[in-house]
Amino acid sequence: MAWADLVIVIMVVLVLVAACAALFLKNLLGAAVATALVSLGVSVFFVMLRAPDVALTEAAIGAGLGGLLLALAARRLGLWRIEAQEESEHAGGPAC
Amino acid sequence: MLTRYGTLLFAAGFAFLLFVLFTSQPLGAPPMLAGQALLDEAATTVGAANIVTAVVLAYRGIDTLGELSILFAAATAVGLVLGSAHRTLGAGAPREPGGFILRAGVDFLFPLLLLVGFYIIVHGHLTPGGGFQGGVVLAAAFVLPVLARPTETLSHKAMARVEGLAGGVFILTGLGALAFDRAFLAPLLGPGQLGALLSAGTLPVLYLAVGLKVGAELASLLLRLSEDEADA
Amino acid sequence: MSEFALLTLLIGALGLVALGIGGLVLSRNLFRVVLALALAEAGANLLLVLVGFRQSAWGAIAPIIESGRDAASLTPSMVDPIPQALVLTAIVIGVGVQALALSLAIRAYGAYGTLDMNALRARMETDIDSAAGTQPARCQHAPAGGRPLPPISAGARRADTPGTPA
Repeated sequence: MAWADLVIVIMVVLVLVAACAALFLKNLLGAAVATALVSLGVSVFFVMLRAPDVALTEAAIGAGLGGLLLALAARRLGLWRIEAQEESEHAGGPAC
Repeated sequence: MLTRYGTLLFAAGFAFLLFVLFTSQPLGAPPMLAGQALLDEAATTVGAANIVTAVVLAYRGIDTLGELSILFAAATAVGLVLGSAHRTLGAGAPREPGGFILRAGVDFLFPLLLLVGFYIIVHGHLTPGGGFQGGVVLAAAFVLPVLARPTETLSHKAMARVEGLAGGVFILTGLGALAFDRAFLAPLLGPGQLGALLSAGTLPVLYLAVGLKVGAELASLLLRLSEDEADA
Repeated sequence: MSEFALLTLLIGALGLVALGIGGLVLSRNLFRVVLALALAEAGANLLLVLVGFRQSAWGAIAPIIESGRDAASLTPSMVDPIPQALVLTAIVIGVGVQALALSLAIRAYGAYGTLDMNALRARMETDIDSAAGTQPARCQHAPAGGRPLPPISAGARRADTPGTPA
């Protein structure tokens, strides 16, 4: 296995781990950061696929602006302080 | 419970189907008929060294116009949903400005960000980048000072003017092509010399308009989201 | 790039799409639904660019003509510019959609004070019922995905509903 292949495998594993973190982290702000991290990793893939235009867009819009949007929304939603949400208290079930 | 497993099964099955579909033809060797035709003629007919820019603005300009309208609709809808009409009533204590390092750093970054943003936009037809990427950098340049000093805010009215002006320039450039018996948004003025800053006809003008419009829209969108909550 | 590397990238892109779809349907928190949407979008974009990648014996070249080089000698080994232009559009639209979804979530949070979808639905239904002046509907036997009502005894309910990923 060549070195380039090894780098790609490691990157793919990292991106998938970051995606899982975005879905399963209790801290929603951390999940937003993980989403921005996924965008950053994908933009590296775009560079490898000879798409510098798309890589620049993904890094600026997906990682930068998207992460900023998510963080601002998290601030307005008051998610800074919530570590473990009160979600399970309202768990849906049959009402009667 | 059943829904949960069903959904997981659906997602996995969907991914498997796509996998089979994409591995059925050799990776790294697409047939690419239209793409090859564009690659062959873009350099001589459009004159943009960056062929992606040629596709986005020259071959598919009306698509980009549609994209700009979608972005405009999204920004308008965000403004509508988060409307600032009743914000003045419940506004709590004004937020404190950031620390010294933050403010000084923002002052230092602002001209640099402006320079990088305009560089990316203006060189959109030569190097990777263009109106969208440079517009985002411009939006960041204008939003950062507001984040560092929450008391000073940009006026939405000025940004709406910039946005309307840029959109008008884009459409007028497109309509100008009609006067010369060309299709709507077709590049004018000839291809020029490949690789020169002033080449590719009206593509730089179009990309400048796109950059200003995207920058103003995204900046106003970010400001709406960063404004203090009305009812919390 | 070897065949193996391209296959790995394909698996990564499909993994992102699958994780995004799963999270989109299974998440109960509105904020996490937006995150899952962003993940699926990134995966789909990677898939599209991957399809447009091609390489000849000399490797692959980005679709940008260097100044001073002959265009005709470069174009036969350039990658496809059309999917790249498409993805450029898709990324920008994606962030607009994300912003709109986030603002709707903020509005819903302001109106109902929660981001949990089940609680939101329950509160909306009681709102609608009270606005219409009708009694809340009673079901005969518990169907799948029944109607939760706001006053819930937390302990009793947590026992019979298995935990779902947040």
